[in-house]
Amino acid sequence: MYRIRFHGRGGQGMKTASRILGTAFFKQGFEIQDAPRYGAERRGAPIFAYVRASHNLIKERGNITHPDLVVVADDTLVPVPGAGVLTGLEYDTVLLINSDETTSTWKQRLNISGDIITLPVETEDRAELRFIGATCSGAAARLIGDISRESLEQAIKEELAELGDDVIEKNLTKALTAYDLMAGYDGCVSHSKTISANNYKSPDWIKLPFDDARISAPDIYATANSVKVNTGEWRTLRPVIDYKKCNKCWWICSTFCPDGAITVHDNLPEIDYEHCKGCLVCVAQCPPHAIETLAEESTIKRPTNQPTRQGEQT
Amino acid sequence: MKRMLLTGNGAAAWGARLAACDYIPAFPITPQTEIIEDIANWIDDDEMDARIVTLESEHSMITAAGTAAATGVRVFSATSSQGLLYGMEMLYTVSGWRAPFVLVNVSRGLATPITLEADHNDILAARDSGFLQIHCSTCQEVLDNTLIAFRLAEDERIRLPVIVNLDGFYLSFTREPVEVPNFDAAKKFVGDFNAENIRFRASSPISQAVAVLGGSAYSYFRYETHLAALNGITVYDEIAAEFSAQFGRQYDVIENYYAEDAEFVFVMMGSFSTKAKQAVDELRNAGWSIGLLRPRLLRPFPEKYFQKYLAEKKAVAVIDQNISMGMGGVLHSELAGALYGQTNAPKHLLSFIGGLGGRDISAEEFFEIAIAMRDAKKTGQTPPPRLMYTKTELSEIRKLQAIASVERDELGDKELGDKELGDKTLGEKTLGEKND
Repeated sequence: MYRIRFHGRGGQGMKTASRILGTAFFKQGFEIQDAPRYGAERRGAPIFAYVRASHNLIKERGNITHPDLVVVADDTLVPVPGAGVLTGLEYDTVLLINSDETTSTWKQRLNISGDIITLPVETEDRAELRFIGATCSGAAARLIGDISRESLEQAIKEELAELGDDVIEKNLTKALTAYDLMAGYDGCVSHSKTISANNYKSPDWIKLPFDDARISAPDIYATANSVKVNTGEWRTLRPVIDYKKCNKCWWICSTFCPDGAITVHDNLPEIDYEHCKGCLVCVAQCPPHAIETLAEESTIKRPTNQPTRQGEQT
Repeated sequence: MKRMLLTGNGAAAWGARLAACDYIPAFPITPQTEIIEDIANWIDDDEMDARIVTLESEHSMITAAGTAAATGVRVFSATSSQGLLYGMEMLYTVSGWRAPFVLVNVSRGLATPITLEADHNDILAARDSGFLQIHCSTCQEVLDNTLIAFRLAEDERIRLPVIVNLDGFYLSFTREPVEVPNFDAAKKFVGDFNAENIRFRASSPISQAVAVLGGSAYSYFRYETHLAALNGITVYDEIAAEFSAQFGRQYDVIENYYAEDAEFVFVMMGSFSTKAKQAVDELRNAGWSIGLLRPRLLRPFPEKYFQKYLAEKKAVAVIDQNISMGMGGVLHSELAGALYGQTNAPKHLLSFIGGLGGRDISAEEFFEIAIAMRDAKKTGQTPPPRLMYTKTELSEIRKLQAIASVERDELGDKELGDKELGDKTLGEKTLGEKND
């Protein structure tokens, strides 16, 4: 059985990537199982999706604990513990990272023995990563080696049928380019076996002790703790206020902001970029159109001789 | 018939479509919403001739489903978890109307704490409501049993609403290959709803579900509902045989996976039972005599089948993905009730709680349960009920509690600080052990 896990951020198309790969496997005559895994759905938050494929009936279910291939669409997720990118990696797990860093950098950084392959990032703009799902599925299909170019093509056409010919065409180009790019690694992913009842590691079961309700009730005592979560990290697009155009009707943007991330100082609205998730409701509501939208990555990776944009932390 | 990839939710929606439902009262809730979205899209595109109405709550939704069914139209609805509980008053009420319809429940653990992931406490809360219950373990089974459920609900020997249950995430959002019957074949199997005396109409008033006092009439009506529910076993067997003859897929009241000649048997419900099958395969490869029984029907409870299949077994382990506070696993106690007094009942009936709130049950854990059964046979001692929980998991909880404890200190409640929490080790000396 093949066990594949895709990691990305909400909105980057990891569910679609898993479905394209699942459908491509199915077209090759495999039994498959694919599923996304997320909590409360939200753009930018870490999510993963998985695919199982086998020539026999699949009885395994749920999260893949020992993957044969892990595909990472967004390399900023690798160090995020909650994203679980490295969970269950074994010596023969192939790790495919969409990253500008070299393979050897990642080898050194992660200190793992398995194969690491990098997919060169085509754009620095996270918001423009909307084709990354297709790219990842194309690359994964080639690394697996059991999926023909035709099956991949058909799978993309089926999975994206509702999005129209233009979108399908763009995704096809991206996926097939990635498929061809990975020719050197054709079939490097191996089938893994199921866990044998003769040779396995026993779970370290314990007897759950009784705890007093003051400990065992699911309570958080700290107040204002959501401030400590830097939800600004989820942002792919950044609203930036042009104070020359702002007509100081601050009650509009600050009221509409669903995260309370716009505060008012001296009659001027100010965006809290540690908590702005980039939903852009403010951009839509601003009467004088004084809030522009910039791609997040472009605001971070600009050349140092450029002037600092208003509201950005330096 | 076409074999395509469908999620459990997609399979449920296809079931409703193929059964040619007339009316779908709806209310969204994760992880069920995709079912009503699919149906709404089909109706919107004129691919399905039915009416969908979004109600203001599940309480109203179940009421609408029951009242619509009482007019003799075919009704489908779907909900999950908190939604099922919010509609609970009406679940009991509409079943007494003897108005048949099909409700899909996508299992999700109940608050508190709140979660989105699967366990069976939601559906088991509806255990005594008068709805029959079919529990599914694959997406194929969801589609097929939605069709079967309409036949079961509408059968004149039953006339009760039926819940088809599937696990959130593990089925609801998981795509698997599913054979979708063609419309003609499905129509032939499900047939029209012959409402007979169920024909509540404008200008022809009926007082349904009258008030009764004194207990005697009440006892009659309630026990009649029970007797109708009990007919479910025979009727399900008949319908399933017809289904098998037409579509070639066999559904038994209890799925029996290598349990006949086995010394040891796992018993569990829902989608994780496919993981139990995998474990049975591996254990058999390693020389074990072991199998699995999975009740597909939970209401009516297939008591006789369990008594037959479990006769002479050395040990049986029930894995409950639910917990009745102050009692333990629900399926375990139901099974104990069914086996009590049977002369050839298995000597050891072990209880394990696992998979609460979607917690995984690993292959290794199934192997350990098998060992616990073997040890029970060897020593003659049935081990106490066990929660599948690891030291690693508890230490993660302890870390979070340490943070909560610091927070509490910061807020001025020093009484229960680090010290007490520090006393609670992960090993032997625990408060729980002292209290035992």
